[in-house]
Amino acid sequence: MGHHSLLGTLAHRFALLLFVLFALFPLYWLVKVSVTPNDLMYSEGVRMWPSRTSLEHFRFVLENSNFPLFFRNSLIVSLSTAAIVTVIAAFGGYAFSRFAFRGKMWITGLLLVTQMFPLVMLIAPIFRMLSPLGLTNSLTGLILVYTTFNVPFAIFLMQSFFDGIPRDLEEAAQIDGASRFQAFREIIVPLTLPGMAATLGFVFTAAWSELLFALMLVSKVDASTFPVGLLSFVSKFGVDFGQMMAAGVLALIPAVLFFLLIQRFLVQGLTAGAVKG
Amino acid sequence: MVPFQDRRTPGQRFLQAAEPYLYSAPALVLILAVMLVPLVIGVSYAFRDIRLLSPFSGGFVGLKHFHALWVDRNFWLALNNTLYWTGISVALQFLLGLTLALLLNRPFRGRGIVQALCFLPWAVPTFLSGLNWAWMFNPVVGPIPHWLFALGLMDAPTNILADPQLAIWGPIVANVWWGIPFFAITMLAALQSIPRDIYEAASIDGANSVQQFWSITLPFLAPTMAITLLLRTVWVANFADLIVVMTGGGPADRTQIVASYIFTTAFRKLDFGYASAISLVLLGLLLLYSLALVSLRQMLLRKG
Repeated sequence: MGHHSLLGTLAHRFALLLFVLFALFPLYWLVKVSVTPNDLMYSEGVRMWPSRTSLEHFRFVLENSNFPLFFRNSLIVSLSTAAIVTVIAAFGGYAFSRFAFRGKMWITGLLLVTQMFPLVMLIAPIFRMLSPLGLTNSLTGLILVYTTFNVPFAIFLMQSFFDGIPRDLEEAAQIDGASRFQAFREIIVPLTLPGMAATLGFVFTAAWSELLFALMLVSKVDASTFPVGLLSFVSKFGVDFGQMMAAGVLALIPAVLFFLLIQRFLVQGLTAGAVKG
Repeated sequence: MVPFQDRRTPGQRFLQAAEPYLYSAPALVLILAVMLVPLVIGVSYAFRDIRLLSPFSGGFVGLKHFHALWVDRNFWLALNNTLYWTGISVALQFLLGLTLALLLNRPFRGRGIVQALCFLPWAVPTFLSGLNWAWMFNPVVGPIPHWLFALGLMDAPTNILADPQLAIWGPIVANVWWGIPFFAITMLAALQSIPRDIYEAASIDGANSVQQFWSITLPFLAPTMAITLLLRTVWVANFADLIVVMTGGGPADRTQIVASYIFTTAFRKLDFGYASAISLVLLGLLLLYSLALVSLRQMLLRKG
């Protein structure tokens, strides 16, 4: 790409720098507030970095609160949801990509419509349904609900990845005597691993930050997740921003790690298929 | 598919016909059981008197909620705010996301790390991002009012989130920050799938980069743009987290969108019947919007 002018290159770098600053500054501020001691929180006004830092908020969150438990619950729920959704969506997306079958149009329409429900409408009925099954106040219930709500988008995403893989590959395998399922498992799935990583990432972050269902379906501390903990924190202790932001920074770590881990695949994966209309 | 498949037994033939249904069965069973059954119940709530913690609720009230809705000034205000909130949020996310994708589409050293940093906001839980942005808008310790004051755009660092004219911009900025990566990722993926040689052929024919953008890039991006804009518009219209966390719909309902109004009605007023009626209307409006878009697209495709 030697034909870009120096001015063009500078403008390109400068524009990217602005995007990076815009993306990172709020995260920087989150970290800054979390290490600011309480006595400096308001007295120093708008300082870019506090004159003295402390880990008191982190210590409180880790030692004197239920956050380690919330953390564990959120990890279990998000990882399970991401794994289950990805498997279900891999099968569903494959069917959508490779087969023409009766009712396909209706099912596609149904999946699209599920993206339009105001969730609040479903909360009371879902609560009534899960309660007699003993699935309220349980991580299993949350996993079930999150899985369902993430499946439609994940199917569209997986379908776009499968669409990008030539059909001849599994047809050749079938001519060699493999069943379609064998061809799917041994040839197509390995090729879609980047796409599956992308799906895992999207679903993990969605489950990790879900608040509404976590709030309504769970009232016991044992099965509460991180977002609920963060919210209860605000009301219970008054608005202690230092402690809340410390908890927030901790909540951020797994999501960011997971996202960084899969983002490499994300673009490669999407590139393989690209989301097609 | 292949004409000489007669050697299959009827059992095999049945299995083959059932295959697509078997592959999609887990998804369909879940959606029918955990989404559609509650949806039907939820729709029935819209015609009943469902109030939590109220012993005399549950009766059929016909169209009472819808009549109440028709004369509810707060609902119409919220609907108006929804158009504003969704339109501006999605337009800004889309334009900035597309710009970022175009910038990232050009190879340069350190692209991977820049890309990772730009995509980070998507990993931040939305309620946390709302709390953080509310803190950044704080008139005493928040940098944003401070900067606006320093730039001379404000007479004093005041609380933007409490200003009826400006408050909606708080959640909008937070929403744009969070949503840019979604468009950047999908647009970048679409950009990367455009065959390089098309550009080479065009530049040999003497097309400059602006012409190339309009005649090659844009048509290739169009399908991805259509589906992502549709999905995102619907999501953002339904997305109340940031508003609930940052302004709670205030001041004086100026930031109340329909989705947050439903939330308030259900969880603060505990009136699930009325909340369901509003939800049903919002669902109807979003369906109409999507149908209009899809048929518009069909019409344009037929013309082109």
